[in-house]
Amino acid sequence: MDRDVYIANGAGFSGDRFDAAVPLVAHLATCSGPRYLMFEVLAERTIALAQNAKAKDPSSGYSPYLENYLRPILHDVQKHQVRIVSNMGAANPAAGARHIHRLAEEMGLKPFKIAVLTGDDVTSYLDRQAIIEAETMEGTSLAGRDLCAANAYLGGDAVAKALDTGADIVLVGRTTDSALVLGPLIHEFGWQEEALDKLAAGTICGHLLECGGQVTGAYFADPGFKDVPDLAGVGFPLAEVRADGQFTITKADGTGGCVTKATVTEQLLYEMHDPSCYLVPDVSADVTEMQLIEEAPNRIKVVGIKGHERPEKLKVTVCVDGGYMAEAEMSYAGLNALKRAKLAGEVVLSRMRASGYNEEIRMDILGAYSVLDGGRAERMEGKNLPFDGDYRVRLALISEDRDKAQLLCNELQHLYCSGPAGGGGYRAAVTEQMASASILLDRALIAPHVKAEVIAHD
Amino acid sequence: MTNIKTRELPLHAIAHARAGDKGNVSNISLIAYLPEAYDFLKREVSEAKVEALFAHLGAGAVKRYELPNLYAFNFVIQDALDGGVNASRSLDRHGKTLSFILLSRLILDIPEALIPPSSPYRDPEFNWR
Repeated sequence: MDRDVYIANGAGFSGDRFDAAVPLVAHLATCSGPRYLMFEVLAERTIALAQNAKAKDPSSGYSPYLENYLRPILHDVQKHQVRIVSNMGAANPAAGARHIHRLAEEMGLKPFKIAVLTGDDVTSYLDRQAIIEAETMEGTSLAGRDLCAANAYLGGDAVAKALDTGADIVLVGRTTDSALVLGPLIHEFGWQEEALDKLAAGTICGHLLECGGQVTGAYFADPGFKDVPDLAGVGFPLAEVRADGQFTITKADGTGGCVTKATVTEQLLYEMHDPSCYLVPDVSADVTEMQLIEEAPNRIKVVGIKGHERPEKLKVTVCVDGGYMAEAEMSYAGLNALKRAKLAGEVVLSRMRASGYNEEIRMDILGAYSVLDGGRAERMEGKNLPFDGDYRVRLALISEDRDKAQLLCNELQHLYCSGPAGGGGYRAAVTEQMASASILLDRALIAPHVKAEVIAHD
Repeated sequence: MTNIKTRELPLHAIAHARAGDKGNVSNISLIAYLPEAYDFLKREVSEAKVEALFAHLGAGAVKRYELPNLYAFNFVIQDALDGGVNASRSLDRHGKTLSFILLSRLILDIPEALIPPSSPYRDPEFNWR
């Protein structure tokens, strides 16, 4: 197979725009060659939440947005033979597949052939106690916590196996995000395990696509300094990949945003550490010699990616119960607002201490010191803050004890009648937390359990 | 003696950046608008200077990777995220805003020729403080 392969990405995270894939499918329909549409919707935390949902109801545990993403495009992907690859399967790909069968029937479409990939959930075949006691990459210990989920990052080779079934749609759980692109490329071009440079190129292509609009001008605009045309209508990305591994990043016709060397470079380095060894299960990719060539407006060709031998072990993310986070806020505005906001925070801190809570409580004053300052009041020094200002005090803690978390919110709310002058706009929330860490496991422990299976309509 | 005209400006005048997270480690790219600015950034934006910029967050060692083909750098900053996205008490648990520490808070004597021609920083009257 030497024809170019076209791969588009319709979502970069769970909660991305539901309509982004529509212009991509229209664009793919005009491309002559194998066409794929991927959706990446699975954060670390998402799969643990899905695992909890599945424990309560065996027919759930896949992306709650499955229908939001697929309904707008299902008719046209069938018409134009666009194959879909997505990690919407989360903790229960088979149940997700059945949902798509029902949706297709309801929409009056022909049945799809849907394959699922399983084996990423190591709790289904490894000892839970051993998982929780394994040495973590971060050096933190998870011993004694409740295990919520432990999923291995599967690679493009596994996704390719699911496509080898001939499926129109492939649903997976945890794979590397880039495997959703590398999988189709291995399937189409037959790249073997030794084709390291090509596997590396496919991986980096996937890395560039996996965050959706982040390579086409989204998450990029800095008005006046770094402008992006029609950000509201930003087009999601599409790659044209050649059999030799060279590829071009572009976007759907008639959409907003832009594809430039600068947008591609920002996304290339996003969540990357050492650029000479970007590790995925299939390969270690090296972008230190990579070059970007502007072929035409909104078309960036990527060449010069090298690959080195794949890692011996696979990464497994382990999620455990992480207690409760409390966040509570109140606004103060006008003259002397900063001092009133500061006093408000101090009142709450003093009452929390009096209640016997002696763990750390973070205090920010939005508008004075916050996300860039680590909640450290001394970072206000030297800032020219307005005396007539608009400030918002925020307190936050994480506790094993839900009651202590709720107490922080209650104490801040009490400021309505018992705090400094002019406080308003109280908002607060207590949210369940998940803690996570990574462990490394031998491939041999995981590989025998990785299976692709076609799921028929009930 | 060279006579290069410089002005005291933040990195924001000559480069852009994006922050990513993995666990408690933040990585921040720094990308020159103009290829000519690469050598200046290489000389001026050292690991030690970046470490000092993030010290108040409890950050540890900083490693700088160089990508001359892309006139870019990648800074990998240990322990910068209050335990990481699942443990942080920050409003911004991923540390996505942290790219603007690097762009806003490292003030340097920057040669005017390294500022993009269309940039507001080209105007000597532009008040960025």
